[in-house]
Amino acid sequence: MSIRLGIDIGSTTVKVTAIDESGKLLFRSYERHYSKTRERTLETLLSIKDLLSGQKLTAVITGSAGLGVAKAAKLDFVQEVYATAAAVNKYIPDTDAVIELGGEDAKIIFFGGALEERMNGSCAGGTGAFIDQMATLMNVTVDELDKLSENYEKIYPIASRCGVFAKSDIQPILNQGGRKEDVAASIFQAVVDQTVAGLTQGRELKGKIVFLGGPLHFIMGLRKRFTETLQLDEEHAIFPEDGDCFAAMGAALCSEDYGEILYEDIIKKLEDSKNVVSSVDTLPELFETKAQYKDFTDRHNSFAPPALDIKTYRGDAYLGIDAGSTTTKMALIAPDGGLLYTFYHSNQGNPVSIVLDCLKEIYSLCEDRITIKGAAVTGYGEDLIKNAFSCDLGLVETVAHYKAASHFNPDVDFIIDIGGQDMKCFKIRNGAVDSIMLNEACSSGCGSFIETFAKALGYSIEDFAKLGLFATRPVNLGSRCTVFMNSSVKQAQKDGATVEDISAGLSTSIVKNAVYKVIRAASADDLGKNIVVQGGTFYNDAVLRAFEKELGRNVTRPTISGIMGAFGAALAAKDLKLEKSALLDKEALSSFVHTAKPLTCNGCTNHCSLTVNTFDSGRKFISGNRCSKPLGKKALELPDLYKYKYEKLRALEGKGNGDGSRGRIGIPFGLNMYENLPFWFELFTKLNFEVVLSPESSRSLYIKGQRTIPSDTVCYPAKLLHGHIEALAEKNVDGIFYPCMSYNFDEKCSDNCFNCPVVAYYPELLAANMPVLKQVKFHNPYVGLHRRKDYEKIGAAWFRETFGIPEKEAKAAIRSAYAAYDAYKADIIKTGEEYIDYARKNGLPIVVMAGRPYHIDPEINHGINDLVTSFGFVLISEDAVSHIEGFAPRKVLNQWTFQARMYNAARYVCKQDDMQLIQLVSFGCGTDAITGDEMRSILEKGGKLYTQLKIDDISNLGAVKIRVRSLMAAMEERNRNYA
Amino acid sequence: MAELIYDKTGRLIFTKEMKEEYTILMPQMLPVHFGMFRQLLELEGYHVDMLTTNHRGIVDEGLKYVHNDTCYPALLVIGQLIDAIKHGGYDEHKVALFITQTGGGCRASNYIHLLRKALEKAGLGFVPVISVNLSGFEKNPGFKLTLPLVRKLIYAMVYGDLIVDVANQVRPYEVKPGSADRRTEVWEQRLVRYFTRGKGMNRGAMREIFARIIKDFESIPVEGEQKVRVGVVGEIYVKFSPLGNNNLEQFLLSEGAEPVVPGLTDFMIFKVYNRMVDVDIYGGKWLKKKVCGILKSYIEGCKQDMINALNNSRFRAPGTFEEMHKLVDGYLGDGNKMGEGWLLTGEMLELIHSGVPNIVCTQPFGCLPNHIVGKGMIRCLKDNYPQSNIVAIDYDPGATRINQENRVKLMLANAKNMAQA
Repeated sequence: MSIRLGIDIGSTTVKVTAIDESGKLLFRSYERHYSKTRERTLETLLSIKDLLSGQKLTAVITGSAGLGVAKAAKLDFVQEVYATAAAVNKYIPDTDAVIELGGEDAKIIFFGGALEERMNGSCAGGTGAFIDQMATLMNVTVDELDKLSENYEKIYPIASRCGVFAKSDIQPILNQGGRKEDVAASIFQAVVDQTVAGLTQGRELKGKIVFLGGPLHFIMGLRKRFTETLQLDEEHAIFPEDGDCFAAMGAALCSEDYGEILYEDIIKKLEDSKNVVSSVDTLPELFETKAQYKDFTDRHNSFAPPALDIKTYRGDAYLGIDAGSTTTKMALIAPDGGLLYTFYHSNQGNPVSIVLDCLKEIYSLCEDRITIKGAAVTGYGEDLIKNAFSCDLGLVETVAHYKAASHFNPDVDFIIDIGGQDMKCFKIRNGAVDSIMLNEACSSGCGSFIETFAKALGYSIEDFAKLGLFATRPVNLGSRCTVFMNSSVKQAQKDGATVEDISAGLSTSIVKNAVYKVIRAASADDLGKNIVVQGGTFYNDAVLRAFEKELGRNVTRPTISGIMGAFGAALAAKDLKLEKSALLDKEALSSFVHTAKPLTCNGCTNHCSLTVNTFDSGRKFISGNRCSKPLGKKALELPDLYKYKYEKLRALEGKGNGDGSRGRIGIPFGLNMYENLPFWFELFTKLNFEVVLSPESSRSLYIKGQRTIPSDTVCYPAKLLHGHIEALAEKNVDGIFYPCMSYNFDEKCSDNCFNCPVVAYYPELLAANMPVLKQVKFHNPYVGLHRRKDYEKIGAAWFRETFGIPEKEAKAAIRSAYAAYDAYKADIIKTGEEYIDYARKNGLPIVVMAGRPYHIDPEINHGINDLVTSFGFVLISEDAVSHIEGFAPRKVLNQWTFQARMYNAARYVCKQDDMQLIQLVSFGCGTDAITGDEMRSILEKGGKLYTQLKIDDISNLGAVKIRVRSLMAAMEERNRNYA
Repeated sequence: MAELIYDKTGRLIFTKEMKEEYTILMPQMLPVHFGMFRQLLELEGYHVDMLTTNHRGIVDEGLKYVHNDTCYPALLVIGQLIDAIKHGGYDEHKVALFITQTGGGCRASNYIHLLRKALEKAGLGFVPVISVNLSGFEKNPGFKLTLPLVRKLIYAMVYGDLIVDVANQVRPYEVKPGSADRRTEVWEQRLVRYFTRGKGMNRGAMREIFARIIKDFESIPVEGEQKVRVGVVGEIYVKFSPLGNNNLEQFLLSEGAEPVVPGLTDFMIFKVYNRMVDVDIYGGKWLKKKVCGILKSYIEGCKQDMINALNNSRFRAPGTFEEMHKLVDGYLGDGNKMGEGWLLTGEMLELIHSGVPNIVCTQPFGCLPNHIVGKGMIRCLKDNYPQSNIVAIDYDPGATRINQENRVKLMLANAKNMAQA
C-alpha cells in the first residue's frame, strides 16, 4: 500500500497531511490561504517533494473551499464531515461525539446508536471567522483575546444565534465600559452556546467528546468554556494533538477508496487548473475611466466646511462628540461652523480613555486663546461620555445628523448614515425628522465588515477601497447579512474572482443592503431630491459610487462625512447659547480616573447586566439598565397596560372557584395562552381542576429547554415554550394542556381569523421533540374557539372522552369560559380607556404598543415597555383600541386575528393627535414581513411616524433607545412647527 | 385598447376585452405540469406565456420590490414576473399576470397582494393580476375556471405526475442521455392534442393512456446498477421549481443519485381533504364536506389508476393518499393544514417506508409551517427510523449554492456509506 494524502481546504486555511500504510502521520501542515486556495495548496505540496516525489499515492481533497479546487483540477473529493468521522473512527474509536469548529462552519457528529452528522444551518455562520472579527473589533489579536479571557469575572449573555447578532450585543457592553476580559470570555461562551443550541437539536452531548478544528486547537479559553459548559472532565474532553488537521487526515484515510495517482500528476493537475474559469455573477464596473473618477471626486470635495487653524484662532468654540459603536468622533468648531479640530478613531473598546486623551490634546492646543462655550455628545456612548466629562447636552444621533446635514444642504430631505455597525436613514419633512429607518441585526455591521475583511486579506481599508474603484468585473455578493456575504465571497473566491472584483462587489452589497433592506425603496424618488450621505463608510469612494449608481442620482457627501454626528453635536452645543460650559476643565482632566465594574441587577426579572462606572473615585454612572430602579431613584410609574395585562394573566393560577378535585393541569405560559388563558382557566377550574402555570419566562428558563429546539430560526416566543414545558413537567402535574389552534377568535374585523402556523401548531412540535412529554400526559387537541356553538358540543365531547366528565357539566363550563374571556377583554378595553383619560388629564403623550399578546412577556419584550414609560409616555396595548375601528379592506390579505388588531389600532392612532404607535416584531416572525409594510403605509398615510422595534432572545436596548428618542425628538419638532 | 376597470374594493379586474388583447404571464413551478396547463389555457382562448427565465436579475427584481424577509418563493415569483414585464419584450400595457392563491393561514396566501404592492411600487399598477384559485376569491369577467377546464387541469396534473415519475426512474440510467426528456416532450404535446379532441379525459381512456406512457418509457434503453435514491420533499415551490432550489434534481443526478420527487396530486387531495377535516374538528356544513368528499374520491380514483398502472410495470409506484395519511398518525394531527401541513411529514414517512431513507427537505429560509412539519419532525423520525438520513436545506437570496451543495453532499456520503453496509 502507498502513502495516503489528504488535503483539507477550508474557508480560511489549507491543511495537508500524509499518512503511511499503518496510519502513522508522516507530514502535516496548517496554513492560512488568504483566498489563494489553489496556489497555497500547490506550494505546500511542492514543499514535500522529497517525501513524495516519484511515488504513487492515493489522494483526496476535502473542505468547503476544496470542492471547487477539486472540481477544477479533476481530483477526487470527499465531504469534510464524512472525512472527519473516518479519522475519528480510526484514531479515537470509542468517541461518543465530535465537535468541530472551522473558519465558518460548525459541525457535530454523534457516534454510538444512530450515526448523526450535522452542520450549522445557513443562519448560524461564523465561528473561527467570527472570533477573528470580534478580536478585530476589540483591537487585539486572537491570542490576546484568548489571554484576556483567562481573567474573566463575569460572563455577559451574548446572542448565540449568529455572529452579527453577537456583535451588536458586544458593542454596547464595550461602549458602556464593560471589562475586556469579561467580554473575551463571553465571546467564547457565545460560540459554545451557538454550537450546543444550534447543532445538538435534541440529542444529548455526553460521554467522550472530541474537539477538533483550528479554533478549538489554538484557543485555550474556548476549550475551557466548552468543557465547563458541558461539564466534562479530562477523560471525557479530548483535544487531540492534531485536532486542527483531522479532516485532512480523514481525507487521507478515505483516499484508499480511490485510485492511485502519481505525485507529479497531482501537481500537474493543480497547475493546469489555473485557467479554469467558472462563471461568476458580475455587476457593471463602478468607473469606466479615470476622468469619470476625477469629476466624481471634484464634485464631492466641494462640500467642505471652512478650515481654521486652531493654533492661531482666537475666540469661542463648541465641542461635539459622537461616541459611536466602533469609532469615536470629535469636532471643535467656531461659531461660523469653521473646523478647528477633528478626530476620528476606532474607540478600541474603551471610548472614555480615547475621549480623555483627545480632550487633553484639545485643551493644550486651545491655550488661552480659545474658550469652549458648550459641549454636546451623541451616539451609543452618549450617556457614559456625558457623565464622565460633564458635557452640557446629550442628543439623539438622528437629530445630530440632521443638524449637520442641513448645515451643508438646507433643503436636505433625506439623510443616510452608514457607520461601522449601524445604518440610519431618515426623511426630513417640514424641517423635522419624519420617518426613521434603522437597520436591524440582519443588516448590521456592514461598515466594519469591509474593514475586517480588508484586514483579513492583508490590506488597509483605504487601499482595499481603492482597489475596487476600477475593478472590471465586480462580483455580485447578494444583500443579506454579513455572514451570508462571507459565504458569497467564499464562493466568488472559489470561482476565481480577484480582490479588486470582491472589493467593488462588497461596496455594492452594502449599498443594496441599505437601499432594499433598510430603506425599502424601489427608486430614488422614494428617498428624496436632496440626499446627504454620511458616516465613515461613505469615505469609501467605491461605496459612494455604488450608492449613486444604484439610485441613479447624485448625492451630497460632505468632506467631513465621517464626523457629521460630532459636527452636528457641536452645532447643537452652539445653539444652547451658554455662558459657560460645564465640561471638565484642564485641571479636572489631569486627575481623571475611570473604573468600570460589572454587576447584575436583581431588581426585577429582566436581570439587566449593569456596568457601574466610577469617575474620579466619586461620581458614579450606571449603564445597561432599562428602568430607573438600580439608580436608586423612586420611579414615577406611569400607566402601562402591558404590565396590567401581564399581572392579570399571571394571577390566573390555582383552583379558582372550584375544589381542584379532578387533578392538577399544567398550562405553559406562552404564545396564544397570553390571549386564551382567561378562557382555559375558567373552564378548568369550573370543572374542578387546579390550574398550574409554568414559571415566568426568563433566560434561564429558555436555556433549560434550548437543547430540544429543532429549528434555530423560529421566533424567540416559540423557543421559550420548550423551557416552559420542561418546568411544568417538574411541577408534578397530572397533565399538560396546550391545544393546537389553526383558528383564533373571530373579531369580525379581518378576512379570516387564523393564527400563524407557529402559534397554531407548536404543541405538535413540542410533542415530537421533547422527551419529557413522553413521561407527562400531554393534551394537545385541535380546538376551534371561533365557533362558539360548535365548540360547546365538540369540546364537551372531548372532555367526556378524555376525563370522563359528563357533557352537560362540560358544556356549562365552556359557556362560563366564554363569559370569562369576554369579561377579560372588556376589562382590558375599560382599563385602556382609563389610562387614556389619565394621560389626557395630565397632558401626557400615549404610545400604543402594537404586537402580539405574548409580547407583554417581559422576557420577550426585554422591558421595552418600562423604557417607554420612563420617557414619559402612557402605554396601552393594541387590543385596547382595535375594537373601535371596524372592518376595512386592506392592501394585504388580512387573515390573522392578532395581526388584524394591529391594523385597526394603527388606523385608530392616526385619528388621535396625542398617540403614537410602536410596533414590536419578533425576529423570525414571518407574518410581520407582511404587516410591517402595511402598518407603515397606514401610519404614514395618517401623518404618523412608523416605529418598528425588532426583538430577539437578547435585545440591544441601545438601538431601541435611539428609535424611541428619535420618535420623541420628531414629535417635539412637529409640535413646535404646529404651535 | 382595453379599458382599465376597477371593482368596488379598488381592484383592477381582468376584462373580456383584455382576454382578447392581453398576454397572460404565468410563473413556472413544475415544468411538465405547468407546460400542459399553459397549453390547456391557450385552448380556452387565453394568450399565455410560461416564464422559464432563470438568472440573477430575477432575484434582484424580487429584492427590490418585495419585503426582503418575505419567503423566497414570493420573492422569486414576483421577481420573475416583474423581470419579464420589464425585460421580456412585452408591451407592458398588454400583459396580465396569473398567480395561484391557496388560502390558508400561511403567508403564501398573501402572494397575490404582495405582487400587487410590488407592481404598484414598480410603476406597473395598471397590470391586472388574475387569481387562480378554487376557493372563489376574486372574480374576473375575463377569466373563469370552468368545470370542464378544472377537469382538464386535474387530468393534466395526474398525467404530469406519472410522466415525471417514470422519467425520474429512467433518467439516471438511460443509455442515451436526453431520451427521457425527449419522451416527456412528446407526451406533453400528444396529451394536449388528445385533450383538444376531448380524448383521454375519462377514467377508462386514462387507464389506457397510462399503460401506453409506461410502456413507452419502459422501452427506453437503460443500463447500470441501482443508484442511491434520494427523496425531495419540502415547501411546494422550492421542492419543485428548479429556479427555487438551484437545480437540485440536476445536482443530485450529477452526483450519481436518483431523485424521487413525490408528485402534485397528493397536495391537491390534501388541500381538498383539509376542508373536510375543518368540518370534523370545528363544525360546519355537512354539505361542504360531502362535496369535498366527492372531489377527493374522484382525484384519488385517478391516482389509484396511476398506481395500478405502475404496479403492472417495472417501475415503482407511489402509495395512496390514505396510506400515507395513516403513516402520519402519531406525528401530526389532521388539523395541521397550513402550507404543506402534515403532508410534508407524510411524504418523508412514505419515502422512508418505501426504501428511500435519504431525503432532502427543502424550505425557504424562515418558512413558518416548515419549522413544525419539516425541521420539527426530523428528530422524531430519526428516533423512530435510525436509518433515516434527512438533510434540511434552506433556500433564500443570500444562501450560496456551495453551502447548500456541501450539505447535500454530506447526506449523499452517508447514504452511499449505508448502501454499502
